[in-house]
Amino acid sequence: MAEPKKQKRLALVATKGTLDWAYPPFILASAAAAMDWEVGIFFTFYGLPLLNKEIKATISPGSNPAMPMKMPFGPEKFQNIDWPMPNILMNNMPGFEGMATGMMKKMFKNKGVASIEELREACVDMDVQMIGCQMTMDVFGFSKEDFIEEAEVAGAAAFLAYAADADVSMFI
Amino acid sequence: MANIDTTLDCSGMLCPMPVVKTRKALKGMEVGQVLQMISTDPGAMPDMEAWAKQTGHELIESNDNGDNVFTFTIKKTH
Repeated sequence: MAEPKKQKRLALVATKGTLDWAYPPFILASAAAAMDWEVGIFFTFYGLPLLNKEIKATISPGSNPAMPMKMPFGPEKFQNIDWPMPNILMNNMPGFEGMATGMMKKMFKNKGVASIEELREACVDMDVQMIGCQMTMDVFGFSKEDFIEEAEVAGAAAFLAYAADADVSMFI
Repeated sequence: MANIDTTLDCSGMLCPMPVVKTRKALKGMEVGQVLQMISTDPGAMPDMEAWAKQTGHELIESNDNGDNVFTFTIKKTH
C-alpha cells in the first residue's frame, strides 16, 4: 500500500461566535484533522470568544430571520414542524434567546451532534492550531489568559502566510 | 472476511464524530490490524470512502445493513 501523498493543509477563518455558527469551523477542522490534514483556525472578531476557556455561545434568532424553529421533543411529526417566529417576538421577548439556545442544544444532542466543547477538544487532541487574532484581542479587550492554553496569537500577515500554503482555505 | 482486531461502535453519532473516533481508534492499533466501525450516520458511506482515500488506510469493506446501519472494515496501513 502506497504512503499517502504530501500532507494537506486546511486554513479556516472563524468570524462568528453564535452557537450555530460555531459549528462549521470546528466540524470542518476536526474532519480534516481526522484525515491527517494539517489544520489552522484563525479566530477573529466575533469568532474570538470561541477560544475562551468556557464557551458561552448562544444563538441569535433575531438576527437570523430564516432560522427554523423546531421543537426538540414530542413525536417526530411534531418535531419536524417549522414554527414561524415573528421578529417582533424574537427581538422583544425577554429570555427568548436563552430559550432558543437551550432548544437548539437539546435538538443537536437528541440527533447525535457533538457539543461545541467536544468538537473543540477533538480538534485540540488532533493538534489543530488555534490562532487568536491579536488585533481583535486588543480592540475587544481579550488577553491570552482568557483562552485555552493551546491557543496561539498572531496577526493577519502571519495567518495569510500559513494560508498561502494551504490546499483548502475558507472564511466562515 | 478479515479477522477483526478491534470494534468501534459509533452508533448515534453524527458527522464528524465517526471519522474522528475512527482515527483515534486506529492510533492505538498496530499496522496491519483491522478495525470494524459501526455507524448510524446516513452520511457515513461517502465520508468513510473519502476518509480512506485521504488517509491511505485500506477500506476493506463497507456495508449498508439497512435501517441506517453501516459497518466498515478498515486495515491500518501505516
